[in-house]
Amino acid sequence: MEFFRYKSAIDFMGKSKIAIAISITLMLLSYAILLTKGFNYGIDFAGGTIVQVKYDKATPIKEMREKLKTNKMFNDASITRFGSADEVIIRMKSSSKNVAEGIGDITRKALQGTGNFKIRRVDIVGPTVGNELREKGLMSMFLAIAGILIYVAFRFEWRFAVASVVALIHDVSIASGLVALFGIDVNLDVLAALLTLLGYSLNDTIIVFDRIREGIVGSKNRTLREIINDSITRTLSRTTLTSLTTFFVIFTLFLFGGEIIHPFAFTMLVGIVVGTYSSIFVASPILLWFGFDVKRYHSKLAEKAKREAEKDKMRAQFESGVM
Amino acid sequence: MKLNYRIVIFALAIVFGVVFSIPSLLQTQSGKKITLGLDLQGGLHMLLGVKTDEAIKSRIKSIAASVKHYADRNDILIDGLTFDANSVSFEVLDSDEIKSFDDFLSKIEGAKIDTKGAVITISFTPKEVEKIKKLAISQAIETIRNRLDQFGLSEPHVAKQGKNQIVVELAGIKTPQEEQRARKLISRAAKLELMAVDEARNARVYNMTPADAAEYGDVILPDAKNPKIKYLVHEIPILNGSMLTGANVGFNKNNKPVIDFKLNAEGADIFGDFTGKNVGKRLAIVLDGKVVSDPNINERIGGGSGQISGNYTVLGAKDLAIALRSGALLAPVYMMGQRSVGPSLGAESIRESMIALAGGFILVIIFMLVYYRMAGLIANIALIANLFLLLAIMSLFGATLTLPGMAGIVLTVGMAVDSNVIISERIRELIYEGKSMHKAIEDGYSNAMSAILDANITTLIAAVVLYVYGTGAIKGFAITMSIGILASMLTAILGTHGIYDMLENRIKKSKDYKFWFGIKG
Repeated sequence: MEFFRYKSAIDFMGKSKIAIAISITLMLLSYAILLTKGFNYGIDFAGGTIVQVKYDKATPIKEMREKLKTNKMFNDASITRFGSADEVIIRMKSSSKNVAEGIGDITRKALQGTGNFKIRRVDIVGPTVGNELREKGLMSMFLAIAGILIYVAFRFEWRFAVASVVALIHDVSIASGLVALFGIDVNLDVLAALLTLLGYSLNDTIIVFDRIREGIVGSKNRTLREIINDSITRTLSRTTLTSLTTFFVIFTLFLFGGEIIHPFAFTMLVGIVVGTYSSIFVASPILLWFGFDVKRYHSKLAEKAKREAEKDKMRAQFESGVM
Repeated sequence: MKLNYRIVIFALAIVFGVVFSIPSLLQTQSGKKITLGLDLQGGLHMLLGVKTDEAIKSRIKSIAASVKHYADRNDILIDGLTFDANSVSFEVLDSDEIKSFDDFLSKIEGAKIDTKGAVITISFTPKEVEKIKKLAISQAIETIRNRLDQFGLSEPHVAKQGKNQIVVELAGIKTPQEEQRARKLISRAAKLELMAVDEARNARVYNMTPADAAEYGDVILPDAKNPKIKYLVHEIPILNGSMLTGANVGFNKNNKPVIDFKLNAEGADIFGDFTGKNVGKRLAIVLDGKVVSDPNINERIGGGSGQISGNYTVLGAKDLAIALRSGALLAPVYMMGQRSVGPSLGAESIRESMIALAGGFILVIIFMLVYYRMAGLIANIALIANLFLLLAIMSLFGATLTLPGMAGIVLTVGMAVDSNVIISERIRELIYEGKSMHKAIEDGYSNAMSAILDANITTLIAAVVLYVYGTGAIKGFAITMSIGILASMLTAILGTHGIYDMLENRIKKSKDYKFWFGIKG
């Protein structure tokens, strides 16, 4: 089976203006969403308490609200459905500092008389921990980007590194925007997904860049634009298929992995799609705009080779002179 | 068939993977296994902070107690013995006797002594303050660990996190009652104090404010059973639980559970002195700031044993005895965070993530087979080997598998075959260029290598950052993903190459591109 068979180079760079326009629009929209609606921070970052309750029938949310009102602790509690109809999450902004106080137990007592239920999960994050995690989260994002930038610069060339990092920022921005738009709970697992995306969405870019580099080294008479178009076309099946296999597994995780893993799977899912798009339509055009001069590169290379040759010649003369 | 070094290494890796993943897969008795995280097996995880300032206060308080005892014993008259959070001060009435305190004062560790006229103030040097705080944390860890060890749960885990936080992990808590008991045991200060009731003023206790009481050097403490009953006691205790050598559950005449305790030699001495001098008065046995009983002192009590009788259940008395035996918490702990997962949710998470893993795995396997035929089959063999290897390495390290860790394994399935996709695509390309299948395979591997390496390394960079900055369950994700990527370099690159090498003769003879790589050629 074969999805893409190379016939001739497709003019991807000809469409890059439209693509970049789309990308910039999407990024700006994402920032607008992030600035206005903002992340729906879960308790990992915001601090607070969640209690997950499962009933043996549809959850009587109305009765639960009535019952919870009787205890001051649940003053700011909100109840939302969690996955199936028989399961809910009670959220509170407050977090108890008292070790002896079992919130699960207190909730169990407060909800008595609403039916048969089980307290399945109680998570509490104190405000100091939440703040610490948020700082660490930002720091880790920054460090990962820096690490990748340095690595790509070391392996390729600074223009490649900058182009791939711009593509990364593009991916993470749009993925974040979608996470905010859909009101996904942003906890540590979403941060993990975003960090993984940083590493993973670069893979496709590297496949293309690796090919472009090969093209630059191998052909003296083509322009950078031709090389890029040719490289993208030739690697098209690779970039899409590698993403496809990963998409498969994340998609099953999204469908069957359970409610707790949902935010992670969602973030990864959108990130993979955006990442594949960006390695073709964002990273490469930027590289083109930086104007990597293939001819100059080769003349430099030739000069270098010439100098090496002369050095070798002199060394040989020197050595034979001494002998 | 041709043997080559690649296939040998690959075969060894498979054997290694299968052998060492067996204990985890079949849950055998012996052998190193993967442990399930609390989010999968159910349990209680708590992050505790330590109120270290309280430890300093309590040291100050005990210094005050010993100043009083020293003065009483040596018949030195002192006045205005007071203390606050950081210091003790008192006035020696006969200034000639200031010198006789020198010996006593010099024995207090890390003390900073200020003498202004006849007023002596004792506080701690900054270094000592740091030391006390540090000690309070390590003592809290030790104490909580001791208490939980005696509580009877399997493998309680208590450890320091960061500079001044404590992680407590309790797996296998089944009932809410059990959880409540564990919580009480952890948080209970278990500070036992024997205090003297101020009999001269106690009658007026209900008309006194705390400030009034302080003027006499007293405090007002509530009764443990009925908080409406108050006692007026001397603020500086006669002695405290640090002088305890043992505490056990016993039964009194009415067959009610009580706690018998024993004091060390110094404690027995002080206790003997005090009871001898105060016959006819009452002693207040104070636990965590509440009076549990107020027995009359009928005679001098030597030998240093006593009894605490409060209205305890057998279980309650047992837990209190455990707490007293393991010692008081020098500084109280407070909750900074908690994760608790019920066993049913854990089991459900395991089931759901297994379904996702199996589903993703099957999708990938089928796709690779349909798209690449033989090359896909070879990649699938490598993928299965990769999973075994991942489990084996995790088992050997005794790694903890968390729910995000499961997600990491699922992700590994999708990413491990990426290398094979890149290689196979490259080989197809070379075949189209007119190279022989054998040559195309060799060149395909060497050409694809740098892209695969770079791709894997950048993903690893992100995983390492996540491991360093992530906490708890998220670390599990970083671990499984990192091991998965590293293992895939062995299986998906070296392993599949080995299989092609082994089949070299057949490949050289064959022109069936469709069979080998799923293309017409």
